[in-house]
Amino acid sequence: MSDAAQALKAGPAPTVKPKISRDDWTMRLFMGIIAIYLAVTLVMPLYAMLSKSFSTYKVDLSGYGLQVDTGSGWGDETTLDAINAKHGAFKASDLAGSSDTRLSPLALFPDFSFRSPTKYRLKNLRPDVVFLFGSERVADAEWHEYTSNDFRRISLRPVKDIGASNYLRYFSTPSLFYSIYNSLFIAAISTLITVTIAFGFAYALSRSCMRFKGFFRLVAMVPILVPSLLPGIALVYLFGNQGVLKDLLFGHSIYGPIGIVIGSVFFTLPHAFIIIQTALSISDARLYEAAVSLRASKWKTFWTVTIPGARYGLISAAFVVFNLVITDFGLPKVIGGQFNVLAVDIYKQVIGQQNFEMGAVVSVVLLVPALLAFAIDRIVQRRQVALLTARSVAYEPTPSTRFDRLCLLYCAFVAVFILGLLGMCQYAALIKFWPYDLSFSLTNYNFDVMDGGGWASYGNSIKLALWTAGIGTCIIFSGAYIVEKMNGFTWGRGIFQLVAMMPMAIPGMVLGLAYIFFFNEPSNPFNFIYGTLGILVVCTVTHFYTVGHLTALTALKQMDPEFEAVSSSLKQPVWRLFSRITVPVCLPAILNISIYIFVNAMTTVSAVVFLYSPDTTLASVAVLNMDDAGDIAPAAAMGMMIFYTNALARIVHLLLSRGIVTRTQAWRAR
Amino acid sequence: MFGTFTALQDIALDINEGEFVCFLGPSGCGKTTLLRAIAGLDIQTTGTVIQAGQDISALPPSERDFGIVFQSYALFPNLTVNRNVAYGLENARLAKNKITSRVTELLSLVGLPDQGPKYPAQLSGGQQQRVALARALATSPGLLLLDEPLSALDAQVRVHLRHEIKLLQDRLGVTTVMVTHDQEEALSMADRIVVMNHGVIEQVGTPTEIYTEPATLFVADFIGEMNHLSGDVTAAGKVKVGTLPLTCATADLAKGQAVIATIRPEDIVVKPSKGAKKAANTAVLTVEELEFLGSFWRVELSAPSLGDNSLSANISINNARSLALEPGSKVSAEFPAERIRVFPAVG
Amino acid sequence: MRNSFVKKLAVGAFASVALLTLGNRAANAETELTVYTAVEAEDLKKYAAKFNEDHPDIKIKWVRDSTGIVTAKLLAEKNNPQADVVWGLAATSLLLLKSEGMLEAYAPAGVDKLDSKFVDTSTPPTWVGMDAWVAAVCYNTVEAKKHNLTPPKSWKDLTDAKYKGHVIMPNPNSSGTGFLDVSSWLQMFGEEGGWKYMDGLHQNIARYTHSGSKPCKLAAAGEIPIGVSFAFRGAKSKAAGAPLEIIVPEEGVGWDMEATAIVAGTSKVDAAKKLVDWSITKKANEMYNGGYAVVAMPGVAKPVEHFPENLLEKMIKNDFEFAANNRKRILGEWQKRYDSKSEPKS
Repeated sequence: MSDAAQALKAGPAPTVKPKISRDDWTMRLFMGIIAIYLAVTLVMPLYAMLSKSFSTYKVDLSGYGLQVDTGSGWGDETTLDAINAKHGAFKASDLAGSSDTRLSPLALFPDFSFRSPTKYRLKNLRPDVVFLFGSERVADAEWHEYTSNDFRRISLRPVKDIGASNYLRYFSTPSLFYSIYNSLFIAAISTLITVTIAFGFAYALSRSCMRFKGFFRLVAMVPILVPSLLPGIALVYLFGNQGVLKDLLFGHSIYGPIGIVIGSVFFTLPHAFIIIQTALSISDARLYEAAVSLRASKWKTFWTVTIPGARYGLISAAFVVFNLVITDFGLPKVIGGQFNVLAVDIYKQVIGQQNFEMGAVVSVVLLVPALLAFAIDRIVQRRQVALLTARSVAYEPTPSTRFDRLCLLYCAFVAVFILGLLGMCQYAALIKFWPYDLSFSLTNYNFDVMDGGGWASYGNSIKLALWTAGIGTCIIFSGAYIVEKMNGFTWGRGIFQLVAMMPMAIPGMVLGLAYIFFFNEPSNPFNFIYGTLGILVVCTVTHFYTVGHLTALTALKQMDPEFEAVSSSLKQPVWRLFSRITVPVCLPAILNISIYIFVNAMTTVSAVVFLYSPDTTLASVAVLNMDDAGDIAPAAAMGMMIFYTNALARIVHLLLSRGIVTRTQAWRAR
Repeated sequence: MFGTFTALQDIALDINEGEFVCFLGPSGCGKTTLLRAIAGLDIQTTGTVIQAGQDISALPPSERDFGIVFQSYALFPNLTVNRNVAYGLENARLAKNKITSRVTELLSLVGLPDQGPKYPAQLSGGQQQRVALARALATSPGLLLLDEPLSALDAQVRVHLRHEIKLLQDRLGVTTVMVTHDQEEALSMADRIVVMNHGVIEQVGTPTEIYTEPATLFVADFIGEMNHLSGDVTAAGKVKVGTLPLTCATADLAKGQAVIATIRPEDIVVKPSKGAKKAANTAVLTVEELEFLGSFWRVELSAPSLGDNSLSANISINNARSLALEPGSKVSAEFPAERIRVFPAVG
Repeated sequence: MRNSFVKKLAVGAFASVALLTLGNRAANAETELTVYTAVEAEDLKKYAAKFNEDHPDIKIKWVRDSTGIVTAKLLAEKNNPQADVVWGLAATSLLLLKSEGMLEAYAPAGVDKLDSKFVDTSTPPTWVGMDAWVAAVCYNTVEAKKHNLTPPKSWKDLTDAKYKGHVIMPNPNSSGTGFLDVSSWLQMFGEEGGWKYMDGLHQNIARYTHSGSKPCKLAAAGEIPIGVSFAFRGAKSKAAGAPLEIIVPEEGVGWDMEATAIVAGTSKVDAAKKLVDWSITKKANEMYNGGYAVVAMPGVAKPVEHFPENLLEKMIKNDFEFAANNRKRILGEWQKRYDSKSEPKS
């Protein structure tokens, strides 16, 4: 009443402020939780990493007070900075460093001799300034007196600073920035080869009438089930100095670009194959009929119909492969030899040199090509979707003995490559002492006496995979549901969607490093998950968020948009609709998401390699560590364990899917 | 009185209890928006919605009292027909056997007594829509909202279901609002029709009112067929079309105002021209074209006295036979004054 | 009816997930010590078992990695230490930690019985030594024969052009063994001579590995004829049946000691002290002697099988403080000179 009266006086009617229903609150609460989840597990760690890359250290000479006694009593109090200003012994670049820099001040005293009777007094002028006497840390603000002989043992420690000097140092150190070239080179070559091979394989499967298509499709998927470093181990046995096929390399070393490229082709092949196969399967049969009626040659038809029809698939596959190769860490680690690449540099900086700041810099550098490849892939895929919706007639190949035989031969060749590498691993794992004792034995499975965490790490991996699949599927599916079905909040959902797409572009190494910076900070309230399986679960869920999110979105988009309206008109809370209708209808998609996460959690190395703890060693990391320690055969054995586990998981998934479809999705059949 | 509603652009509407109201208009006219505002699915920026004396303007759908049926049926594909219908009953703390008997009752009400155990995908479109209707009615809502419920069905099923819904609504006495773009559907089902265009209500009235006394030129055109005759007001109650003066109600239109006089084809009284007396609102016209439409003839007429205007008239088979019409023949046409409606010319 | 199946299924799935724990073991009455170590993985079980014979109430949770990584890990966790005790890490690394104020000074019971070389100079000491771990060259006789190589006698020999591509050594950035090699060359040949030597050696290196034991394991597997590693690893591989010869270069060999320390800030000081006390007992020293020919307690060491005999006298006089305080500079210089040949993860 009063509102109406006011409206009459004021002119424009008052705006209706919709009452927020319980369902809206539920949805907002959920969105809040998942938004916080993504902020804490993705945005904030990345921010922490970025700021770390600008965090620098330098020795601050003005922080040290000095008095010298040359035999005639203590001279005037001065600072090291003042002395340096006089002599110019240290340039600014000499003073810059990292957290573990130690600088001897002796260069400031040109006529220093440890035998002279001169005495020195040193004092920290500020509380953040520290020096070392020998290994003794001196952090107080008192004068400390040293004889010349003792003064030799003084080292100055750096203080924190902010600036771009890490980047300057990166780009002025050839051994570092040369990796950019190496990474791009490897990624480009691998992409070219993988896409070509995958295209041929997909082409043979979709355009010929050869036999065993189902078998070959299965084989093409096999590399997804193993860690990317396993092909590297197989290559050591095949082409290493004791390799069975060593002579095929004509004296070239497998340790280096050759090994990385062959291994990359192996592990990226399924990804390229899936995309190209989809692209080929949507090409329109009517175009081929038109080409035949125009009497175009097969060759011409190929270039004017097949390739243009699949072009978005090819481009998309290329960028996906490029991204996979450039961000992969396991393979170059195992087989890269002296060939440095970016992903490995991050590890090297962090682990080898404890230079976390430089690790952050390399991470930022690695983000650039990865983000670029990701962005292009997204744009291309959007167009591919547009193609898919066009009406087209499925192409049915016609038998041709010669062509079919050729295709079979080609596919067999690729299958031998894939199965050969795996088979070599399994064989080597069973050999007692390569190459001197070729009898079979299970000693290589005695993981408990080797690096990497033993059989416990295998158990941990399964635990991680189950947890990640369980929790990840819940979070990812709920998140997708909110993006797709929530009322209002358009901008919030837009941001959410953007953040959900991000993980795909973030290399695992970068994510893992960012997690150290963010979660290992004692002031972080989430610090307690550091070192637990929890942080591995969280990290892995985030790492593989995007594909699951897209799968869930596709399934949700196929649902009637009015379900929510109907349900709320019937006074049913949204969670009831979600559990009774949405989840059961989307169950096949949900199962797909969980198996995807499971398999990836079993094989991932890059993100978790910085985050595992003694309680949470993982099988995939054990492969890496055993290889590192020179226990290559056990590494192969563990890698094969991961393969068998994933293969079993896939079979279980298949049976489960079928069971659920027949038992609960009877409605699908008319 | 059922409710007052103000939304879209200056919309005010009362819907009476037990009434069947149709929102009719071309697509994009705002009729679905209005329905969704009533349901609370899209809440209006300003204005109030009052249901049964209670201001529900800001309430979310779950706190309003209505059942809804969509064009897509929106049946839950993984639930049987029984469970779909029972969906709204299940957490209402009803005993299981009560739910079962209510579902049985509803299904027989919509004429699907034996389809309970089937899944929606196993039913025809018409059957699915009946299930959706049963589901919407299950909680005995005070208001039933139907959003283009018949559009996805084929013509025959549509006509049949139209009739059944009307019967059902009569029987249950539930206040119903239906959105449709099909005027035939609206005319045959509604107690009152709300004709909308460009987000405003053009007219509210019973089907006969809407048809015989369209309030605006848009309504006149949108429903049924209508002849347009451009002219001017010459005096109160007088309009001149071409050289033909017409007597008709001109309401408060000023002298000299350009107007469009309208008359429906079936309201033109066509007689033989020979022997016709010169009477008011009568003109001699030439037959231009004849079109046989089964139950009547459509005749296109013109005359120099009408200027550029041409006319269509519907002539019954009998009358046509006696007139022995053919293109070029002359007829006398009378425009009954009470059938002519005059609207200001637009633009 | 079908839906109740779905519900059951969902409940079942969650229940089975819930059965798995997040790795947080229920708190037992016994104390659990998190012990960071670089001791060879295959020895850890034995060490823990021997310790538990005397202290069954203290459970050891090992964190094992190569020296560089364990050091990096400890430094990274400086503000939030995860370890209670460090047992079996290079003294050079412990000196680094000491200078960060990360170690708890403690004089374990019976520290006076140890060779003073094996005890930190501060009082009370921040760390106590266990055993010395000595550089050596693993030489695969079978593979060497294939390449017509003769065994090198000295470090200098390794720069001979005939060994080109046949030598593997660990990267000092990640491997404690690698670092003790480099720091010993710098001490033996002098700063300038050391780098000159390494320039020459670099020409013959096939690649630098991440871990210190890997060169020897690769030599054992015939992947390379010569691996610069440490004596203990060589002896083990030889015992496993590899055709190895363990060479002690005549100029002398670098060494580092494995040592023990309490991490400052641990909440389990009592248990940590018990462990450190035990780590210098005679029993512990005898245990170290299982693989190491030189241990901290004089008179305990017995000859180790397959160990080169002249090893003891060839150990150089090692300046740990020099090694620790110049570590950063040495590694920076090394990286600048040779890093492009380092194995990726290093």
